[in-house]
Amino acid sequence: MIEIKDLHKSYVMGQNTLHVLKGINFNVEEGEMVAIMGSSGSGKSTLLNILGMLDVADSGTYTLDNNPIKNLDEKKAAIYRNKFLGFVFQSFNLISYKTALENVMLPLYYQKVGRKERQKRAQKYLESVGLGPWATHHPNELSGGQKQRVAIARALVSEPKVLLADEPTGALDTKTSYELMDVLQSINDQGITLLIVTHEEDIANMCKRIVHLRDGVIVEDKKVKQVKASQYVQ
Amino acid sequence: MFSRDRWREMFLTLRKNKLRTALSGFTVAMGIFIFVLLFGFGNGLKNAFEQFFVDDSTNTIWLYPGLTEKPYRGFKAKRRIIFRNDDLVDIQQNYPFFIEYVTPRITRGALVKRGKESNNYTIRAVGPGHQQAEKTLVYKGRYINEADVIDKTKFATIGRLVEKDLFGNKSSLGKHIDIGGVSFKVVGVFRDEGGDNEERLIYIPYTTRQRLEKSNDQIDQIIVGFRPSLGHTGAMALEKKLNTFMRKKHNIAADDRNGIYVRNVAADLKQTQQFASILQLIVTFVGLGTLLAGIIGISNIMVFVVKERTKELGIRKAIGATPNSVVGMILHESVFITTIAGYAGLLAGVGMLALIGDSLEEFFIINPYISTNTAVGATLILILFGAIAGYIPARRAAKIKPIIALRDE
Repeated sequence: MIEIKDLHKSYVMGQNTLHVLKGINFNVEEGEMVAIMGSSGSGKSTLLNILGMLDVADSGTYTLDNNPIKNLDEKKAAIYRNKFLGFVFQSFNLISYKTALENVMLPLYYQKVGRKERQKRAQKYLESVGLGPWATHHPNELSGGQKQRVAIARALVSEPKVLLADEPTGALDTKTSYELMDVLQSINDQGITLLIVTHEEDIANMCKRIVHLRDGVIVEDKKVKQVKASQYVQ
Repeated sequence: MFSRDRWREMFLTLRKNKLRTALSGFTVAMGIFIFVLLFGFGNGLKNAFEQFFVDDSTNTIWLYPGLTEKPYRGFKAKRRIIFRNDDLVDIQQNYPFFIEYVTPRITRGALVKRGKESNNYTIRAVGPGHQQAEKTLVYKGRYINEADVIDKTKFATIGRLVEKDLFGNKSSLGKHIDIGGVSFKVVGVFRDEGGDNEERLIYIPYTTRQRLEKSNDQIDQIIVGFRPSLGHTGAMALEKKLNTFMRKKHNIAADDRNGIYVRNVAADLKQTQQFASILQLIVTFVGLGTLLAGIIGISNIMVFVVKERTKELGIRKAIGATPNSVVGMILHESVFITTIAGYAGLLAGVGMLALIGDSLEEFFIINPYISTNTAVGATLILILFGAIAGYIPARRAAKIKPIIALRDE
């Protein structure tokens, strides 16, 4: 599903150049659930942003679902993002003046899906994350966990192949975090590939594979026995 | 552009961001409103100006007799020049191809009585041509005519306000009035664009006046109406010829500045028109200034709006909005708001002008108006610049990588 070879990325900050990714080689198969771990500054978010085409690498190759991702102009990147990828951010990034349902509908608007169909599908995904009754609420009327679940529904509504989550539990308490991981695990069970950036050990252990990043290189890549989040959720 | 979904998305955004919508709309509406108002005032000023200076006929040459300052051909200085009826005939006969009419004017004041009502008015004794010279509009009855002059009739054509003063709301036609002790029959009533004073005049035949004044044949001044086809150059030439002719006839030295005075309205008109075009220039300048202020206002708002929405645009891009759709969305919104608000401002401005009407006449603003073309043109310019002002920051925002836009808190 995802193939990365010798990926480099550096940021120029004033006179200093910060070499963030120093040659990453990394494959992800369809249906995997991968945790990318590392301390802050290890390059894990940068890696995720490049995978999400929100940022571009300096060198190296990136293939997504057999499509080489290179020389993308903004328009193509937008189409790929819309077609293949779903995003979940630490800070939710919901549009504050739209209701939960309208937020979930938005990716379909950019796919030019008809309004009725948009509404139907968005409602379905909202229900799948357990927020059916909250459809008409605005983000500021929802709790953190609910906001993140709206974001997940929004990421899923365009039926992406890969879901990228950047510290999805970073702003949530432990209980809510586990509930959210339960949602993510059930999504993974439906065959969607998941990449989750986190620095929390227990969250990482709920994935099927953990990749450790340190100073811009992969230092460890291991399969783990998945801890089911459902056992923590009543 | 005409996709229903796109409109729906836009309306949703506008409705959910009422303050922002109202703010940008208000800027545009205000800009157009002030533009229309100022431009209208400018036009009103121009109208007032024209009414003061251009209400009389423009194809006339006025001859006034004076007191000579130089001895000439055996005549002493300080001789009073007197125009007589034969001057009228001579001018008419010498320049028949240039002249439309010649009329004398003898001006006297008199107490005019009608029953218990009485008042002092200016009485002008004139010939029929005088109606054209003053652009007098007779709306009841008739003006003094040729037959009146020949028969020395005691007929009078009176101003609208004279009738109102003396007769109240009743018609004066066919009734008699007492002018300085002599009874005259009212044969006509007139209006005049020149204002109230011009409507407090009474016209009688000049021959009647002369008979009342011991049957003399003296004239105060002569008004010559020339053919408009002469143009400015022709008028100047005629003025010169008339001047020379009258000086010769009345034995006035060619360089005597006081013996006779000739005023050519055509020459005055040129000055007047120059002044009017300067006024027009000022009006245009004020209008452009206001418009510029409006453009700057809407540009500021648009830059602010796009800045405020950077994060939202980043989110939209992360979930699949193409840069073009982002730019399109912002433009669509800005053009929509400026169009609606511009139209509202336009209506408000035009309505305000209509409401003001002639109530500012004492400040020399008469009938302020703005032509439809100017108003609509100004609105279109503002819409265009609103779009440009939105486009530049929108394009920049669309180019920002979503990750940077998302980081923007």
